[in-house]
Amino acid sequence: MFNSLKGRFAMFYKYRFLLQNLIQRDIKVKYRRSTLGILWSVLNPLLMMLVMTLVFSHFFRFDIENYPVYLLSGQLLFTYFTESTSMAMESVIGYAPLIKKVYVPKYIFPLEKSCFGFINMCFSLVALLMVMLFTGAKFYATIIFALYPMVMLFFFSLGVGLFLASSAIFFRDIIHLWSVFTTVLMYASAIFYPTSILNGTIMQYLIKINPLYWYIDAFRQCILRGEMLTLTHLVVCAGCAVIAIIVGAKVFKKGQDNFILYI
Amino acid sequence: MDKEIMVKVDNVGIRFNLAKERVDSLKEYFLKFSKGTLHFEEFWALDGVSLEIEKGDFYGLVGINGSGKSTLLKSVAGVFKPTRGKITVNGTIAPLIELGAGFDMDLTARENIFLNGAVLGFSKEHMLEKFDDIVDFSELHDFLDVPLKNYSSGMVARIAFAIATATKPDILIADEILAVGDYAFQEKCEKRMQELLDAGTTVIFVSHSIEQVKRMCNKATWIEKGKVIMSGDAQTVCDAYSQKY
Repeated sequence: MFNSLKGRFAMFYKYRFLLQNLIQRDIKVKYRRSTLGILWSVLNPLLMMLVMTLVFSHFFRFDIENYPVYLLSGQLLFTYFTESTSMAMESVIGYAPLIKKVYVPKYIFPLEKSCFGFINMCFSLVALLMVMLFTGAKFYATIIFALYPMVMLFFFSLGVGLFLASSAIFFRDIIHLWSVFTTVLMYASAIFYPTSILNGTIMQYLIKINPLYWYIDAFRQCILRGEMLTLTHLVVCAGCAVIAIIVGAKVFKKGQDNFILYI
Repeated sequence: MDKEIMVKVDNVGIRFNLAKERVDSLKEYFLKFSKGTLHFEEFWALDGVSLEIEKGDFYGLVGINGSGKSTLLKSVAGVFKPTRGKITVNGTIAPLIELGAGFDMDLTARENIFLNGAVLGFSKEHMLEKFDDIVDFSELHDFLDVPLKNYSSGMVARIAFAIATATKPDILIADEILAVGDYAFQEKCEKRMQELLDAGTTVIFVSHSIEQVKRMCNKATWIEKGKVIMSGDAQTVCDAYSQKY
C-alpha cells in the first residue's frame, strides 16, 4: 500500500515537467495571435460583468449592495468551474493521438486542465480587484480567507473533471448533457440574484444542495461581507471537494486501462 | 552465459472490440441492453504471444499489415494493457511509434522539443542539456522558431528521432520510422541506432523492408494474425518469411 503510493508520487514527480509544459502550451495557444493577449483573461470577465450589470440593474432591480462586485465574484468562480470541468471532460479524448502512441499517466490531462483553469481564474481576479477599487468597495482583512473556497473549488472541479473525463470516453452523450446541466446550474447558483428572492419557494431549500452555491457564498462572505467563514462553509467546501476527488479518482482509475479502446 | 532479459512477453493476448459494434451513446447502450443484444464482437489482435528479448539484441518484428506488430510494440511501450498474460520490461523505454506523437503543430520546433521531451518523461534540466545535440542531429538550426505546421513530414521525423535517441534508453522501440526522411537521414538514423546498440541499448524494430531487418537485426519474430509463426535467428526467420511472400 505504502509502496504503491510512493511509486505514484515518484511517477507524478517524474511527469511534473510535462504538466508544466502542457499548461504553458495551453496559455500560449489560447492567446496566440490576439493583440491583447493575456489581457483578455482580465477584459473578458470585465466586459461580461458590464453587460450583465447593465441588464440586471435596469430591467430587474435587485436590492444588492455593490452589485458589480456581487456579480463578478459569483461569475468568476462559476466560470472557473464550468470551464475547467468541460475542458477536463474532453481532455483525454483530445489527447487521443498522443495516448495512442506513448505511455503517459492519463490523469495528467484532466489535472492539467484544472490547473490551467485555475490560473485563468487567478488572472481574472485582477478584474475583480479593479472593479472593487473602481466602485469604492471596502477591503476587509478577511479577503485573505477567500483563498479557502478557491482552493477547495479547485479540488472539487478536479474530482468532477476526472469523473466526466472517464465517463465521456465511454458515453459521448455526457458532453452534450453537461453543457445543458451547467446552464441549469448557473441559474441555481445565485450568481446574479440575491438568495432572498427565493424565500418562500422550494428553491430556497434546493439551492442548499448545490455545492457551487456554497463555494460562491463562502467567497462572498470573505470579500463582500467581510465576515469570517462559518463552520458550515468550512465543512461543506472541504466535504464536497473530498467526496468529488474520491469518486472522480475511483471512476477514472477503474476506466483508464480501457480508454485506449474507445478513443 | 545467460544474458539479462530486457523484455519478457509471456503468453500475451490483447482483445479489441470491433468498431462496428461499439456502443458509445447511452441510448444505444440501454436499447441494446434491454433487447439483450449487448454483445461485443471480439477480435484478438494478439493471441498467446511469447517472446524474450535479451540485452543488446537488435530484435526485428516482421509480418504483413495488420498482423499485430504495432500492437505488440505498443503493449511493450505500455500504451495497451494486455487482456491476458504479462509483459515485463526491464529498464527505460524510448518509444518511436509513429513519429511525432505529442507534437503540437501550432508550436515552434523549439517549444516542441521541450514538450515532446516532457511527454517522454524527461526533466527540464535534462532537455536543456541535450537541446544542442538534438538540434545538431536534426540539422534544423534555421527553422527552430518556425511553427511545426510549416514543416515537412521528413523534418518532423528528424526532430522526433533526435529527441527520442538523445538519451541512451535501455530499450528503443522503433516502428517503421526509417520509412520517412531522405536517404542521407535514413543512413544517419541507422548509424545512431547502431551506436546505441553498441552502448548496450536493446532495440526492437519493425520494418517492411526485409533487407533492412536482415542487415540490422540479430534476432527476429514473424507474426501473423496475432500469433507467432516463427522466432529465432533473423536470417532464418527472414528467409522463411520472404519465401512465403
